[in-house]
Amino acid sequence: MQRPFRFADVMRSTFSQVPFLGWLLGGLAAVTVEHLVGFQLAGLLGMPRVPVLFGCVVMLKKPLLIPAAATFVLLVYVVPACVVARVSAPITNRIASRLLRFPVVLPVLFHLALLYGILEMWSDLSAYRDLTLRLTLISVMLTLSLNVINGYMGEFSCSHPGFMALGAYAASVFTLGLFANDRVFGPAVLPPALGSFVFPFGLFLGGGVAALGALAIAVPSFRTRGDYLAIISLAFMFIVKSAIENLEVVGGPRGLSSHPNWATLPAVFFWTVACVWVIHNFVSSTLGKALNAVRDDEMAAEAMTVNTRKTKVVAFLFGAFWAGVAGGLFAHVLRYVNPGTFGLQKLAEVLAMVYFGGLNSVYGSIVGAVSLSLLGEALRPLEIFKWIIIPLLLILVMIYRPTGLIAFRDFDVKRIIRPRDGKGEQV
Amino acid sequence: MMTFFFQNLVNALQWGSFYALIALGYSMVYGILMLFNFAHGDIFMVGAYIGFGVATGLTALASAGAVALPHWLVLVLTILISMFLTSFVGMAVERFGYRPLRDAPRASAAITGLMIGIILETANLALLGARRISFPPLIRSVTYDIGGVYVTNKKIMIVVVSIALMVGLHQFVRRTKWGMAMRAMAFDFVVVPLMGVPLNTIAAMTFALGSALAAAAGILFAVAYPVLDPYMGIVFGWKAFVAAILGGRGSVLGATLAGFLLGFIEIFVAMIFPSTLRDFIAYSIILLILVFRPHGFFGEPYSARLRL
Repeated sequence: MQRPFRFADVMRSTFSQVPFLGWLLGGLAAVTVEHLVGFQLAGLLGMPRVPVLFGCVVMLKKPLLIPAAATFVLLVYVVPACVVARVSAPITNRIASRLLRFPVVLPVLFHLALLYGILEMWSDLSAYRDLTLRLTLISVMLTLSLNVINGYMGEFSCSHPGFMALGAYAASVFTLGLFANDRVFGPAVLPPALGSFVFPFGLFLGGGVAALGALAIAVPSFRTRGDYLAIISLAFMFIVKSAIENLEVVGGPRGLSSHPNWATLPAVFFWTVACVWVIHNFVSSTLGKALNAVRDDEMAAEAMTVNTRKTKVVAFLFGAFWAGVAGGLFAHVLRYVNPGTFGLQKLAEVLAMVYFGGLNSVYGSIVGAVSLSLLGEALRPLEIFKWIIIPLLLILVMIYRPTGLIAFRDFDVKRIIRPRDGKGEQV
Repeated sequence: MMTFFFQNLVNALQWGSFYALIALGYSMVYGILMLFNFAHGDIFMVGAYIGFGVATGLTALASAGAVALPHWLVLVLTILISMFLTSFVGMAVERFGYRPLRDAPRASAAITGLMIGIILETANLALLGARRISFPPLIRSVTYDIGGVYVTNKKIMIVVVSIALMVGLHQFVRRTKWGMAMRAMAFDFVVVPLMGVPLNTIAAMTFALGSALAAAAGILFAVAYPVLDPYMGIVFGWKAFVAAILGGRGSVLGATLAGFLLGFIEIFVAMIFPSTLRDFIAYSIILLILVFRPHGFFGEPYSARLRL
């Protein structure tokens, strides 16, 4: 019996052989097309400017422009990306299989460079895209670091906004105190030109301070977990927020502003990649497996010689460190920081990203953070109805996939970049 | 100094009753389903708004001369009708938000609760707009001077009504068949349904009871501070959650006591220190209590197998 014609089958047979490298080339082609003819095409289709977020905002704001925006997306993104990816598939497969002969760092760096090129060119066209992209990357870091504690170790930590606040303030004090003229700390001590080289140290400082703060939660976690630890961490978050509000030295409730513009796209991209890499290595290490053991059965883990105390401390410090780094970047992206940002709303946001994307999985965190951040931006024209649609979506995901979209999946970089023509080695 | 102390004691009792009434809802739901209903703070908000609607309707009826109602009766009717109506909100939350997730990890249910809370807030915002609503003054404020301590009749009413509701709940749980079913379910919610106790009914009833108490708290709050806004439930919800944990999960008595304790801590911290430090010191105290008594006042001790 012949199978009925199915669009999905055709798509699968056409594109199943395209390796990741091919898709990157396709993406590069799409953004190049946008750069070359995007403006003219948008004018031709009757749109005032190039649609910033794949046309979502335009479509929701002016329903009459839906055909135009859809055509634009089709012509500029979908068609070039698919055509280039498909046409170049034989070549990219060959390149991919050749790249696999090198140590895995090299091909990964190659792919990352291409990915960065796409993002850079895409965000180059509007300041809004740039900001959205940087904030999205930061939420990837945040989500991933919370996933270490909530997903891999199975706690329910509510203190992430607190860690973030510690990191943001420590990094801000570092840069503002030393390198910028501002109203709280006075004129710059060191030349600002030096600043962007020492910015990483500021972020390290932020992460370190956040990790120190995490000790306040890690130590009680020896004796309790679950709901009580959730409250301890929640109390910690409130304490941090309230303490900063009362510290006039760092601006009190008004916060700090006039950060130098150091958290540019390359910096944020670099730190995000570093975060994904380090966290992936951490959770695949012996210590990372110990996290899962503590989550699944603490007593059995203890009996099997897992040092549960050390595991808990390391996980909390590690998660908090990256949250602090993300907080430092966050403060420098917005170039303004105030304690009100790090409250219950931020908490709900990060928790939603972790549980939407999927527990215990690096993929899940990336997917959750990116999709929820972009969805939040894309649905912005709906105004407050956005806050009905997104929660409903999350509830549906929780009901049908209680552990999140992509949970308990190992992140395997070799699998991503492998050639897919069947000739290369199957990993 | 003494009068100052008693003055604050009265205020603390008032705040404590709000926290205790809301914390009871958390604690009862926890006792049965082993999960925290994070939408509870927003049910408190919905209750206050429903109370606003009922109160406006009743005063309109009374002023139109359709029925002659004394003011106190309007208030009592408002509380009772709103409790009744809000209990349906609670049952709806249970039916659509929590029942499909009964076998899911508890953190997923927590996320669902958070999201239902956001939906309730936004729906309110969409329906009524972003302005704040002032609650109609149902009873005239009378201030009594008891040895230098000023007590308004509202404060007395709030404390008395809340304590009456708590005693009523206690009697319900201890004396009735349904209350016995609830206690049995809290004891073991796997085996007890096999004995013919309907889990779904009991769960819905627990949510209904908790929501009714939250609605009462909402109206009492609105009587004392007659400005309603859609986000008023967030802070109350989380603080009552803290109280419910502090009391020991699932312990009704613990939740009540911890609710009052939280009210006392907050008021007295604000009395001694600058009020901007209130959260800082209050939560530091809670953190310390939980570090030294990790399972709350009346909770079961720590077991390593307990997980979220």
